[in-house]
Amino acid sequence: MAVSTSTEVPVRGAMLPVPHRVTARVQETADTTTLEFESLGNRVRLRAGQFAMLYVFGVGEVPISTSGDHEGDGPLTHTIRPVGAVTRALCALEPGDVVGVRGPFGTEWPLAETAGGDLLLVGGGIGLAPLRPAIRHALDRRDHDRSVSVLVGARTPQDLLYVEESERWAAEPDVEVALTVDAAAAGWEGRVGLVTTLIPDAAVDPATASAFVCGPQVMMTFVVRALLQRGVPLARIWVSMERNMRCAVGHCGHCQLGPTLICRDGPVFAARAMVPLMAVREL
Amino acid sequence: MSTLDEAIAAASVFAGLSTAGLELLAGCATGADFREDQLLFREGDTAETFFLVGSGRVALELHTVDRGGIVIETIEAGQVVGWSWLFEPYRWHFDARAASAVTAIAFDAAGVRAACEHDTALGYELMKRFGQVMIDRLQHTRVRLLDVYGSVHVD
Repeated sequence: MAVSTSTEVPVRGAMLPVPHRVTARVQETADTTTLEFESLGNRVRLRAGQFAMLYVFGVGEVPISTSGDHEGDGPLTHTIRPVGAVTRALCALEPGDVVGVRGPFGTEWPLAETAGGDLLLVGGGIGLAPLRPAIRHALDRRDHDRSVSVLVGARTPQDLLYVEESERWAAEPDVEVALTVDAAAAGWEGRVGLVTTLIPDAAVDPATASAFVCGPQVMMTFVVRALLQRGVPLARIWVSMERNMRCAVGHCGHCQLGPTLICRDGPVFAARAMVPLMAVREL
Repeated sequence: MSTLDEAIAAASVFAGLSTAGLELLAGCATGADFREDQLLFREGDTAETFFLVGSGRVALELHTVDRGGIVIETIEAGQVVGWSWLFEPYRWHFDARAASAVTAIAFDAAGVRAACEHDTALGYELMKRFGQVMIDRLQHTRVRLLDVYGSVHVD
């Protein structure tokens, strides 16, 4: 196998994990952790929407989307919720610990293609993490004639991610951050309800708006439906699918969804390609 | 046309109702303000008033022995609060609390019910519209029951 000698890991065929050291750890919620890494070898740069394979030595490897800066200029950043052995091990890492990283993999959020109009970013649960680089990019390089609406759904108020950063986003002119949770204790002053209930009031012009959606598949199905009802054309909706990825290079077939392999062709897809597949129960 | 009439006519739940229907509703309506944390109605009480929220947020709450008060849904500006007034025994199933300062229009439920009995076409129209509100909230609740953000075993 040929090994790249450039400072950039090739987009495809990155088979060799590059050692990375944890440099920072942020406990986002009771169970969700953001880790920053520095490379001990070649630099792995992830653009908004892309993912890397994080390898905890002796435990296993999982695909995790970037939750850092869009261009990957900052530290490699991933937000992780423990849902199995590997992610539990990742969440237990401390600064100084070393993991293997393969990447970058996958498609990006279409930031340039959607730069002209308003932007809706709809994240559910941990699905806000892959959207954060796109949100940061949209706010950093914003044409101020453009409205940006960030709609967030979570299980409870305690499960909301990036609370302080969200407040900074909301303080920007023409930027709206709307939150809702599925349930809350009495005294919660925010919204309680499905994330789709935020869409009718989102401060964007559906005639120009594009939408990026990330979250559990059932949530994305309902969000896409609500976006269409609001008047956002299907051609301007993108979703991030993150199911069953194992090898990241399109060989193992675990992430096959109809004619696509999520790791090879995604995870960011045009909704018009995914919506018909999401409706097929057998897939 | 008064401000109250205009607000009723502008509400999506009443959009397109006949002039007579809107006038009837307006005849049963009064303005109502609630300070933050004030109850609009309480579980078990007679459902004699329903509300159209003009501004602010209303929390529907259920109280449990082991978990205390739980907000099960919030109602925003432009939406209606309460449908127990439509169905016997006309008692509220939840508390409705102002999660912020709230301005609302309060409707005399008995008056609206009597008008619906008298004018069955209006009654059917209102029943369809409140039925739509109910089905929307039911569907949203069903999706939330899936606990889609809850833990799943993946790796």
